[in-house]
Amino acid sequence: MIEKEKFAVVKNKYKNAGPDALIPLLQDIQGELGYLSREAITEVSKGLKLSESKIYGVASFYNQFKFNPPGKYHIQICRGTACHIKGSKTILEHLERELKIAPDQTTKDGLFSLEVVSCVGACSLAPVIVVNNKFHADVDKKKIKKIIKKIRKEELE
Amino acid sequence: MISVKINHKTVKTTPEKTILEVLRKEGIDIPTLCHMQGFPPTGSCRMCVVEVKDFPGLVPSCSYPVRAGMEIQTHSNRVLEARRTILELLLATHPDDCLYCGKKEDCYLLELSSRMNVDRRPYRAVKKEMKRDIASNSIIRDNAKCILCGKCVRICEEVQQVGAIDFVNRGADTCVASAFEDSINLSTCIGCGQCIMVCPTGALQEKSYLNEVMEALNNPAKTVVVQNAPAVSVTIAQELDLDSQVEPQAVLTGILKKMGFDYVFETGFSADLTIMEESSELIERLQQGGKLPMFTSCSPGWVDYVEKFHPELRDYLSSCKSPQQMLGSLVKTFWAESQKINHDDIFHVAIMPCTAKKSEAERSDLLTGGNKDIDAVLTTREFLKLIKLHGIEVEKIESSPADTLLGKHSSAGKLFAASGGVMEAALRTAHYLITGKNMEEPEISTLRNLREHKETELKVGNYDLKVAVVYGLGAANKLLEEIKRGEEKYDFVEVMTCPGGCVGGGGQPFGADQEKIRERMEALYKIDSRQKVRFSHENESIKNIYAEFLGKPLGKKSHELLHVRRTNQ
Repeated sequence: MIEKEKFAVVKNKYKNAGPDALIPLLQDIQGELGYLSREAITEVSKGLKLSESKIYGVASFYNQFKFNPPGKYHIQICRGTACHIKGSKTILEHLERELKIAPDQTTKDGLFSLEVVSCVGACSLAPVIVVNNKFHADVDKKKIKKIIKKIRKEELE
Repeated sequence: MISVKINHKTVKTTPEKTILEVLRKEGIDIPTLCHMQGFPPTGSCRMCVVEVKDFPGLVPSCSYPVRAGMEIQTHSNRVLEARRTILELLLATHPDDCLYCGKKEDCYLLELSSRMNVDRRPYRAVKKEMKRDIASNSIIRDNAKCILCGKCVRICEEVQQVGAIDFVNRGADTCVASAFEDSINLSTCIGCGQCIMVCPTGALQEKSYLNEVMEALNNPAKTVVVQNAPAVSVTIAQELDLDSQVEPQAVLTGILKKMGFDYVFETGFSADLTIMEESSELIERLQQGGKLPMFTSCSPGWVDYVEKFHPELRDYLSSCKSPQQMLGSLVKTFWAESQKINHDDIFHVAIMPCTAKKSEAERSDLLTGGNKDIDAVLTTREFLKLIKLHGIEVEKIESSPADTLLGKHSSAGKLFAASGGVMEAALRTAHYLITGKNMEEPEISTLRNLREHKETELKVGNYDLKVAVVYGLGAANKLLEEIKRGEEKYDFVEVMTCPGGCVGGGGQPFGADQEKIRERMEALYKIDSRQKVRFSHENESIKNIYAEFLGKPLGKKSHELLHVRRTNQ
């Protein structure tokens, strides 16, 4: 489904909603689109009679809402205590350099997006990154290069 | 009645008040940063804390109701220490560039730091580094100076119902921004500048054109023309403490001449012209079944608001340009020709009580041949700075008449500055155009007060006119919704964006309360009552310009120069 059709599904569900439906509505939109697009926020603003700045204000308060379309491969890097001790800060820097994006951004080719998360509950595997829900344990600079290279190669083929 | 003790003195008061209200009534000035008169308190800045006996902690006076028997200390050591600490914490991330900040002596944060004797920096934090938002033609935002008091957010959302800005992000990253942290020129901001009026720091300021004006004044190749709005003269009279016997406009003209402006015109003249065109347009709509109600179009914030929030009502706006733009197009056509000056050599400055006028001057549908009619718009505040810059001693200024041709105004045009004034002036002339006679009583007292919503009914010839006057876009929005639902029917509606009309504009000096705004209105009514020419259609300059140049109201030339076909901005 294209973005517009996906959005129409959500719109239908919240036809008669008031401002109190804002957060569940935003969650549903993100569930469908993967992020909150500008167009979506404009539509929500018209529908719920809330200003766009208010909606953005609410959405930007919560970590769960994203404003950029996620990449085909969504990389989450754990910055929890255990991973921190095992050097996740350096891992993040490597990722940023390798992908040329900052956290919450998506690469120009739409392939990768990067997200910093607090803990993924896999401290024994620290430092850990999660690519499209697949865990990679005990990563270092070399391993990260390999993971990304592999994805790029697969995509080319 | 209950009694409380304030600083050991017994005071009688009523129980429905907050502690702050009681203290202020007693003449004790408690500093506040987030408190706004007439709004429910948020209690977020804690600057207003006081000590109440038997209370464990300090109490925020703005949000705590007064109770019988309270013993309140407003300036105990504990209180002063707390207030000072709050201020020191706010200053910890402040950029400290007061010397280079446009707000300077008007900055409330700076005033508090002086009042509380802040003389050291006990808390060292990383200075806020944030991009200045300079893309708007009206408002410059510098979030590094923002202390997050939230007043701008509230005035934008609750009074104007524009909601261009809000708090975004969380915790230490919180800032005031528009959706997606875009520049505000991309938001729904209409440039009214009411946020600037409430900002206690230099985070919100108008876009200044002082340098451009100074440059033009010192450029011998330029003929520098200036116009000033009716609201400016009465405000300047108040700010400079002018004798109430002198005509403020004449002093103002004297000041402008002394500064080196080559020609001084009055927006009051083009206000009269607006009245001629607008009342003719109203009559045309009444006779030919045009779109009613007709909305006034002099307040650029309001025009912008209709375009952004109620685009389907755009054609209900009068097609008249605002007085500023009317004079702008006349100066660079009619006047330039008559003086044999090339219009490119004219630099036209407008002094306005308004920040939205700065954006209006840049509108693409108001350009003539790709050129701006108005080259620079200064606010009343900037003009006061210009007076200081020129070192002018106001007591020694000789009153001077405005330059003729485009200089004379009736007192009807002057009334534009007060909410209800455009309506009053327009009805005076409409009455004459319909019946051929002047109104016996030109003052319409039901429209002369500071209420947000006023209306009146009036029989003019065969027409029973129902008119409404509102200020503040929240009130305007309410009226529009009623009209849309068919609950109310009007023929003519005046809307001013700012409280009280232009006299309470976003470009006016800081610190004006309702009383000061009322004083400015009274000053205008006084001018009206003592002026001989009280009708726009009796203004000699107006008669001349129609005879010599324009022909008749709504004629071909008028449509070309004085009316606008609005396009999406």
